Amino acid sequence: MTIKDIRQALGARIICGDHLIDREVHSACGSDMLSDVLAFVKDKAVLLTGLCNLQVIRTAEMMDIVCIVFVRGKMPDEAMIELAIEKEITLLSTGHRMFSACGILYESGLRGGASYRE
Amino acid sequence: MSEKIVLNYDVDSDDFTRAGEASSKVKRKLKLMGVDPDVVRRVAISLYEGEINMVIHADGGTIQVIIFPDKIEMTLRDRGPGIEDIELAMRAGYTTAPDNIRSLGFGAGMGLPNMKRYADDLKIESKVGIGTTVKMRVDIP
Ligand SMILES: Nc1ncnc2c1ncn2[C@@H]1O[C@H](COP(=O)(O)OP(=O)(O)O)[C@@H](O)[C@H]1O
Ligand SMILES: [Mg+2]
Repeated sequence: MTIKDIRQALGARIICGDHLIDREVHSACGSDMLSDVLAFVKDKAVLLTGLCNLQVIRTAEMMDIVCIVFVRGKMPDEAMIELAIEKEITLLSTGHRMFSACGILYESGLRGGASYRE
Repeated sequence: MSEKIVLNYDVDSDDFTRAGEASSKVKRKLKLMGVDPDVVRRVAISLYEGEINMVIHADGGTIQVIIFPDKIEMTLRDRGPGIEDIELAMRAGYTTAPDNIRSLGFGAGMGLPNMKRYADDLKIESKVGIGTTVKMRVDIP
């Protein structure tokens, strides 16, 4: 699945990184606790979250996450978008709630990753 | 690369949203040096959790990272309140983070367990009222 497919499945709006939407995504993680996200390592992952602050982008940067989906129509601010562009992370925003957004992607074949070293 | 590289950073606690800049710089540096991506990620995550802790729990501090040919050593020093019971603090889910931090996505009590998970070695020295020193090592295979 590509970021483009995710955008389409969720009817999401692209906030930045539209030139990177052909990149592959292999797994997903949905959480509002960033240490939870940091406990999980998978290559080419997408993060779904209801949080909306700069540390979400930082967390994605540390994890090499390629795409962040903000649920419930959350919109990142300028500083977040700037950092995401610098780190080549695509930002999407969808009106779906967390449960539905995760369900839609799961149904499309996307799976979660395992915790690291456990 | 035969010599070690020493990197020093000050971590400021005024603005939580800016926390993670030191970890970001270290990550960038290691990536540019061509260090194995898994090692880079493990250093970045464990350092980032430590940096966040310094900002949330200890009014900031200093970070020193030393890059050797076969390992990366990280030392995080602060003059914060210290940790009374380190064993308890290490427990998954234990946190003293205030609600405003929890609403920003931190304070799940998973930071120290994550640092232990990603680093090959983790040592914490702490004195109540004096401060905390966290030392981590990640080996380069
Ligand atoms: N540098 C530090 N100075 C003082 N206390 C700390 C420090 N780092 C961690 N702690 C204590 O250990 C607890 C657990 O830390 P951690 O596992 O990172 O979880 P969290 O940061 O989510 O609370 C913290 O809530 C805090 O009480
Ligand atoms: Mg923490």
